[in-house]
Amino acid sequence: MTALTAGFADPVLDAQATFRAVLEAMSRPGRVQRAGAGLRPPGPLNAAAAAVLLSLADADTPLWLDAGAEAEAWLRFHCGAPVVAAAGAAAFVLATRAAPALASLAQGSEEEPQQGATLVLQVAGLEEGAGWRLTGPGIAHEHRLRVAGAPPGFVAAWAANRAAFPCGVDVVLCAGEHLAALPRTVAIAEG
Amino acid sequence: MSTMEGYNFAYLDEATKRMIRRAILKAVAIPGHQIPFGAREMPLPYGWGTGGIQVTASILGPQDTLKVIDQGSDDTTNAISIRRFFRRVAGVATTEHTAEASIIQTRHRIPERPLREDQIIVYQVPQPEPLFRLEPRRAETKRLHALADYGLMHVRLYEDIARLGHIAKAYDYPVMVNGRYLMSPSPIPAFDNPKMDRMPALQLFGAGREKRIYAIPPYTEVRSLDFEDHPFRPIRAPHACALCRSTDTYLDEVITDDAGGRIFVCSDTDFCAERQAAAAPKEAAE
Repeated sequence: MTALTAGFADPVLDAQATFRAVLEAMSRPGRVQRAGAGLRPPGPLNAAAAAVLLSLADADTPLWLDAGAEAEAWLRFHCGAPVVAAAGAAAFVLATRAAPALASLAQGSEEEPQQGATLVLQVAGLEEGAGWRLTGPGIAHEHRLRVAGAPPGFVAAWAANRAAFPCGVDVVLCAGEHLAALPRTVAIAEG
Repeated sequence: MSTMEGYNFAYLDEATKRMIRRAILKAVAIPGHQIPFGAREMPLPYGWGTGGIQVTASILGPQDTLKVIDQGSDDTTNAISIRRFFRRVAGVATTEHTAEASIIQTRHRIPERPLREDQIIVYQVPQPEPLFRLEPRRAETKRLHALADYGLMHVRLYEDIARLGHIAKAYDYPVMVNGRYLMSPSPIPAFDNPKMDRMPALQLFGAGREKRIYAIPPYTEVRSLDFEDHPFRPIRAPHACALCRSTDTYLDEVITDDAGGRIFVCSDTDFCAERQAAAAPKEAAE
């Protein structure tokens, strides 16, 4: 095993900038934001996903991941998040390969829908202006988002996730140093 | 700008900020739903905006320009103290102009100037639970929200109509967010309620004593509760501002002497000053 690479160069301000990118992404679903510039996390973890977890995950948030031992050691060290074996028990779920089914993750309850998990989903590419048609809160008319490498059957699974509102899972899509978010309220139409 | 030594950027420690940031993200994902959070003790008492300050501290960055208003005014004690607090602990730029701000923390007003996509408005909330005066048990209101059972509030508004002929709620007028959650807009005047509907800016709400955070994403439907035969009507004093002569802004009544003298002036001091400045050269030319 090689030596650990560094986390945020400035833990306070980099975490703040990353959070604002995620907040902007979550507030305006389908708009692509930048995060994680300069981070060199171990593969297969990409810079945006690493930045999201560095800024939001900690000892209070059980983490499930499929990114292998090296990425796990890196996240354990920098975030201090407890890694759990069952994806359904995690607050943050990091998927770098085949994503676990949305329905298998924590959904929250009718009274406490905020307990629903956040899925950090690594994809091959994100591009505004083409692809899926997104509508819902945060979107004036329609946002378009092309997601390269979305899991097969994702749009159908997402429709079921959205139908369970207020319960459900929120997704942060990460590609390289770019991210976009899908809060559980957003409707996706294949375009 | 230099910040105070011995404090983290924006006062709160990083673990607290992460906890609040996670609550804010879930609040945005579930518009209008109140999310409990571990509100910290702040260097000012509950009721002075501790919830709003903690939300602002968690989102604030060095690039931001902060505006703080109290009842529309930039120059009241509360607004000045909070602005100075963030200048000291975060070194951020502050402004009194709505157009220049990237984050606006507010107590009980929404600025008259329409907000933009690149702005965030943070409301200070004393009582986040809209059903509080109708059902004091938290466990029960939680269940009512889960079931979207808001009959209690409709009955309360109906009783106003039955007794008084109209809905007698001039502030903290309850709204439905995205057609799902009943929400307290914080004690803003009902006059401001229509501004929340499909606002381009993100709206965040923080209640420090009650330890709740909630949010309205941009372009989200916010509907003031009403009845088909008693539609919602924003209330406004039927006067013009004594300073800028505006007839479509929210007015404060100011007593000017002991003999019953009074004037009405804009509650939004920045908006009023801008209108006066714009009118002054015209008048001088006339």
